[in-house]
Amino acid sequence: MTNMNAPEEKSAGILTGKYIGQRVHRKEDPRLLTGHGQFVDDVSVPGQLHVAFTRSPVARASIVSISSDYAREVPGVHAIYTQQDLADFNVDMISFFLASPDVKTTPLADGRVAYVGEPVVMVIADSRAIAEDAASLVEVEYAEETPLITIDDARHGAPVHPGREDNIAAQMGEEEIDEDLEALLQAAPHLVTHKVVHQRISQSPMETRGVLADPEGPKELTLYITCQSPHMVERWTSLALGKPDMAIRVIAKDVGGGFGLKNHPWKEEVAVILAALKFRRPLKWIEDRYENLIGANQAREQEMTLQVALDNDGKLLASHGDYSCNNGAFPQLSECNIAVHMFVWGAYKMPAYGFLTRGWYTNTVGYAAYRGPWAMESLVRETALDVAARRLGIDPIEIRRKNLVTLSEQPTESCMQIPLEDVTPAECLEKLLGYFDVDAFRREQAEAREQGRYLGLGIAAYIEPTGSAGAIATMTGELAQVRIEPTGKVTATMSTHSQGHGTQTTMAQIFADRLGVSYEDVSVFEGDSSRGGFSPGAAGSRQGVIAGGAAILAADKLAEKVRTLAAHLLQVEAAAIAIDAGQISVAGNPDKSISLGELANIAYGEPDRLPPGMESGLEAQHRYQPPPMTFASAANACVVEVDRDTGFVKIQRWISSEDCGTPLNPAVVEGQVSGGLAQAIGMVLLEEVGFDERGNPTAATYKDYMMPAISDIPTFEFVHANTPSQSVGGMRGVGEGGAIIGAPTLVNAIADALAPFGEVEVNLPLTPAKLLSVMEGRDLTPPKVVAPVAVEPVAPAPVAEPVPAADATPAGPVVIDGDWKMILSTPMGPQEMQGHFETSGDNLSGYLSSPEGQMEFTGSVVNGNNLVFDLKVTKPMKITLKYNLLIDGDKISGKCKMGIFGSAKLTGERL
Amino acid sequence: MSNHKIELTINGRQYSGDVEARTSLADFLRDDAGFTGVHLGCEHGVCGACTITVDGRAVRSCLMLAVQANGATVVTAEGLAAEDGTLHPVQQVMMEEHALQCGFCTPGVVMTLASLTGEGKQCSQAQIEGAMSGHICRCTGYQGIRRSAARLAYDAMGDSAQQGGDA
Ligand code: FES
Repeated sequence: MTNMNAPEEKSAGILTGKYIGQRVHRKEDPRLLTGHGQFVDDVSVPGQLHVAFTRSPVARASIVSISSDYAREVPGVHAIYTQQDLADFNVDMISFFLASPDVKTTPLADGRVAYVGEPVVMVIADSRAIAEDAASLVEVEYAEETPLITIDDARHGAPVHPGREDNIAAQMGEEEIDEDLEALLQAAPHLVTHKVVHQRISQSPMETRGVLADPEGPKELTLYITCQSPHMVERWTSLALGKPDMAIRVIAKDVGGGFGLKNHPWKEEVAVILAALKFRRPLKWIEDRYENLIGANQAREQEMTLQVALDNDGKLLASHGDYSCNNGAFPQLSECNIAVHMFVWGAYKMPAYGFLTRGWYTNTVGYAAYRGPWAMESLVRETALDVAARRLGIDPIEIRRKNLVTLSEQPTESCMQIPLEDVTPAECLEKLLGYFDVDAFRREQAEAREQGRYLGLGIAAYIEPTGSAGAIATMTGELAQVRIEPTGKVTATMSTHSQGHGTQTTMAQIFADRLGVSYEDVSVFEGDSSRGGFSPGAAGSRQGVIAGGAAILAADKLAEKVRTLAAHLLQVEAAAIAIDAGQISVAGNPDKSISLGELANIAYGEPDRLPPGMESGLEAQHRYQPPPMTFASAANACVVEVDRDTGFVKIQRWISSEDCGTPLNPAVVEGQVSGGLAQAIGMVLLEEVGFDERGNPTAATYKDYMMPAISDIPTFEFVHANTPSQSVGGMRGVGEGGAIIGAPTLVNAIADALAPFGEVEVNLPLTPAKLLSVMEGRDLTPPKVVAPVAVEPVAPAPVAEPVPAADATPAGPVVIDGDWKMILSTPMGPQEMQGHFETSGDNLSGYLSSPEGQMEFTGSVVNGNNLVFDLKVTKPMKITLKYNLLIDGDKISGKCKMGIFGSAKLTGERL
Repeated sequence: MSNHKIELTINGRQYSGDVEARTSLADFLRDDAGFTGVHLGCEHGVCGACTITVDGRAVRSCLMLAVQANGATVVTAEGLAAEDGTLHPVQQVMMEEHALQCGFCTPGVVMTLASLTGEGKQCSQAQIEGAMSGHICRCTGYQGIRRSAARLAYDAMGDSAQQGGDA
């Protein structure tokens, strides 16, 4: 593309160019294909020692004693640490949103263990092999208790964390369905109640976790760590360790996949960092696959029941969702996944929706993100729609056509008040149907059924929030810094980070086009927190959208300077200047030209020749703040055959019709979508982290944890249905979509194939045994493994029914006036605040203050020990918070109703 | 723990080492010889990332002991490209077909493909894809790997197939 780089505020359309929009070869590939990538275990520093952990073999116990005597005698062992040795650091294991955890979380087990695989002791030795030898000689005595493994266990069992009332890690929404909603559901001609059970998933990046912590004296620390953003890890580590005065540099050049697991350090990585600071030697720990499958945080394990009311034509009338998620013992975020409810009917015309959403603590390894953490919304909705279509005798395509919000109906707002301006799932679906002949398939299906062969077609549509920035502290804009070197080459430093995303490639495509140089002459650097600006890296399908915009705007600034300087030197109008292939020319004046390199030499080395007031050099930077959210949309179809004799599913075809806005590099876009779809196929058919009744993981190797292989994955066909977004460049995110839309597409195809036998319970994975059971009409699944119990475990005391706080009568006279420290459990994690209350008669006045500021409240009444007041907030959206609190002595507790977010618990005490 | 002296050829050069009996060939190649392109994804023979060739045959170096490689000729992903930096045909095809993302599984995939294709090798597309089922790739959904396998097979269609066949 010649130089068309006038700055633009909004995208004009789908961008294309000499490089943008082309299947350019990746910059990353030559080093990776020749084995010269630099992954964390490929880095070594002088004097480094190695770490191995002794992990808990039981899911729930108090630690009676730890003896390291034999371990210490192993030659080559330098030190052995327990949590006591690390306690001085007082680490705050904050979440991705920088909130402190709800339950005390320590790097090594602190007196108790709460899941199999929990690190208890760490050994520092000359080599990993010696460290492992010694770790196996550490003797730990446990007083075992009966563990809670499933969500159902958590509902009824003794609290996983002593001192807590119950196992609810997070809760929002209403415990009772709202009367009006209930009436709508009951009055509807059809009410479909559909349940989905999603198994637990191991993110399984091919590179496991690992860190090399290199303390350089007491004030400097370099971390080589496999992660999703060096800047985020730097920020997290500084805050978690409480070390604002320490210069922390985080380097991660190549990362072998993240998928949500590597957002920030967790127990093991933190233990290694602290031990390195304490022992004052560089320490390396590289997780092995066994550790990864039992000890690295995991994802999904959710169940959701969706009620959907419809009229006789299949039009949606009302809905209610009840969601639960297994948080494990020490989740990276106490999570009830509010996004599931925000987006469940996001692109559909749904008049009324209510929900209850909860996360549960159990004696399993903690919860972490996995590509599209809220994906349950699409899985439960799209599969429920197909169940409804079958029940009503409507075509599944028609039920979607009837209810999806079309482009012509926008701008509008979803039932959860999400503004919709340019979502296109309905249009993606029509494009898909233009490509795939449904009628021909139905004929083929009917013929096959006559021969006893079961083919099925699955269709699903969805929207995905991508490139979000501005509403949450860690979800920021992105920074691009670019310079034209005196050699004429272009160097850029980005806040992006690739774990396979190819951002060195896509950003270079942008710079080459916008600056008028060849792609080969552009180098892009990332992966070092000491350079570039803050961004959370790969999180929420954001880099192409936001960093792409930053790269465009930074390049345009620089091109403007090039034009101004060239016009000055060549004594022509700036408008006449064109840059192409590193050469500057003047329209209509072929004699006048100068190379970018010559121009750069002047810009850096001969400041006297610059126009008055111009800064020397050819450098520019831009931090792009995009619209708060950019939606991607898609519709997918797949065709399967389910083997009548074996229950095996063969995927015959898969078509993805996706609106990703401007595709910077279609091969990279398709790569992102394909990878996500393959993960979705793994979720539906193969993968499962299982536990026996004692909480022992039943899949601790890749012989048991079934990762999809090439033989499981079909060739994906792509229909690009792109419309430009409103962000600069017009991109929409594609990082997570495949993993979200893939699961319902495949489940629907399987259910369609087996429709002659009845409904297929959506209890993932849909193994051959489960599908054969549907076809045979009897249970053919293998019996559950029951672990032998060596020692009769101590049964913890059952939970006493919690006394409802409202009934509690305060012991003495109620003192309300004064200052209170309170914690509100919100979807972003616990929020600390201070309350100031003053009473006069039945009137209450005062304010709440938090780091974000101080807010007075209004409309307040006191009734005995009961305080009721409202607070209006504008961030992240406009809602009125309705507080209803009870004071009992020096304690305060109660609820805060947060509009569509449901209600959150509040606890606190007098200051 | 007994120690053993070994001598072997790695990527065309002679190496000698002093290894514990239990040291895997993968650990020796990475930690002692410095070929960190040998990637360890599972260390139990499933993922294929550590695949190298030993005397011309693809081997999972995590399942072989270093002592077993005494006297052998080993090639890792670092040893395939020409001295002037020209990529091996397998590497070139994989780059053209966008057969990698994070690149962690890649050296193993490269080595299996290199061991099955090239001069004198007659592997069909189906055979190569069959061999590829011994490699786990979490990123790509195997689309580019499948296209590469198709182009590198002896029964490949079209001109581009020769790139692999001639190697
Ligand atoms: S490219 Fe990441 S595992 Fe294959």
